[in-house]
Amino acid sequence: MIEIVTAGALTTVQDRGRYGCMRWGVGSAGAMDGVALAIGNILLGNAEHRAAIEVQVFPFRVRFSSESAFAITGADCAAHLDGLALMPWSVHTARAGQELHLGTPQGGAVRTSRAYVCLPGGVDVPVVLHSRSTQLRGAFGGLEGRPLRQGDTLCAGTASSADKPGLLGLVPPDVALPLRCDGLAAVRVLPAAEYDKYTATSQAAFWRNAWKITPQSDRYGYRLSGDEPLKAVAPMEMRSHGIVPGVIQVPPDGQPIVQMRDAQPTGGYPKVGTVIEADLWRLGQAPIGSRIRFVETTWDAALDALDELQAWLADVGRQVGLHRNTRSAA
Amino acid sequence: MTTDAPSFSVLGTTAALFEAPDAVMSLETQQRIWSLARETEKWPEVLEAVPGMNNLMLTFARAPRDIQGLRDRLLEAWGTVPPLALAGRVIELPVTYGGEGGPHMHDVIAHTGMSIDDVVELHCSPVYPVYALGSHPGYCYLGGMDPRIATPRRKVPVLRIPGGAVSIGGFQTGVSASAGPSGWNTIGSTDMAFFDPARDVPALLQPGDSIRFRVEKVIR
Repeated sequence: MIEIVTAGALTTVQDRGRYGCMRWGVGSAGAMDGVALAIGNILLGNAEHRAAIEVQVFPFRVRFSSESAFAITGADCAAHLDGLALMPWSVHTARAGQELHLGTPQGGAVRTSRAYVCLPGGVDVPVVLHSRSTQLRGAFGGLEGRPLRQGDTLCAGTASSADKPGLLGLVPPDVALPLRCDGLAAVRVLPAAEYDKYTATSQAAFWRNAWKITPQSDRYGYRLSGDEPLKAVAPMEMRSHGIVPGVIQVPPDGQPIVQMRDAQPTGGYPKVGTVIEADLWRLGQAPIGSRIRFVETTWDAALDALDELQAWLADVGRQVGLHRNTRSAA
Repeated sequence: MTTDAPSFSVLGTTAALFEAPDAVMSLETQQRIWSLARETEKWPEVLEAVPGMNNLMLTFARAPRDIQGLRDRLLEAWGTVPPLALAGRVIELPVTYGGEGGPHMHDVIAHTGMSIDDVVELHCSPVYPVYALGSHPGYCYLGGMDPRIATPRRKVPVLRIPGGAVSIGGFQTGVSASAGPSGWNTIGSTDMAFFDPARDVPALLQPGDSIRFRVEKVIR
């Protein structure tokens, strides 16, 4: 069991997300960086649907009330266990009474913003509508449907019997699968239904310009700001329709909003494009105040990117498994 | 967008969007959308078929390589599905129009050039069929609003409107089921629990049910 000692705003329990409930108005929620969560589960020998704690405001501190393995993935946030520096993307063991401290994410080649604290067997909160993810708007899922706060206690699920891989030195995903454009973090985008309704100048500006992630950005969506607001050829009044995380909407002020994991399942603003599924994790790690670029892609290339990501995760799984077997044999 | 032919587009590799062609939103078109949802949710590549307002989103269990093939099958199915008439309940909701609970009533008045009494009268007259659920847990998109009170969505979304907010967005109206952000114009408030995640069917209302707004009070 662990106890939250210090938690900033919107620290939540998240798994891969909640699917199959959009017909009731329920959005997917889920980890903003699904790749970091997946690696945390791989490191601990967990099933891929297990939940972790997503931390996006630092410092974050938890106390272990019993001995437990744990993994830290995602943003490199100077993790310490009772003052001892911990290697990121690795499994560690805490003794009863020890305190884990996550600090402000470090500047590396790529600035990142969200860390995942993963436990053996996952964070054990009730499954609501097929998922453990916190649904903030509906106030269910996660721990009582709300962000974590000081004094909350969480239990780990049933751990697998697999040996823990220990220190491994994984190559982080943004190093293994880099994507930059003119020195800025980039994400690939497929044009959406209303792309053609924007002026040629605005279409060019969308791809060419850097877009700043404004402070009005959160798990619901990133409100962007650019030098050239996007102009439609004529005003549009849309019928409400289904949308998914990654959809880039353009409200009348011309500054795009990218829907993120807590996005509503429907929307009505025109859509200029959608960040492809394979790159959503990159955006989930892009900090407020940073600038990003959109790179146009095609259907086939977007599916190739998804295959590449899944193949890389499978390879990480094999590496971790190999390491585990080597240790067992030693 | 409304066009002469049905439209098909993708939302990244996560989903595809089908939009019915009719220029005027109608219940008959929506009944065909419900029918198309029943048909397509059986397709192996489809995770969920989600009706919108005269449109349908298909989320993918696994995105198909042959996206044109999916498009062709969807358009073919649209040509053959019969309207699915769903018969449901009528729920009456008492509404306080205007005042603190309806902060954007003046925008609707300014846009339509009508008096508050005319807006209220036109808004509470119809029985609104639930076309689809969306936006947030338990929220119902309603058909049948009088186009004379249509008011464009707000230029910048409001960060938080309360649960029970009755609002107009373009040619649509609805009631928020919980507090959250919205780009619509809030003209009144009501009190009703629309969602309970502990129930097998967690949403109070389903497509085919209807809502009638009853004037509780008008604050001028």
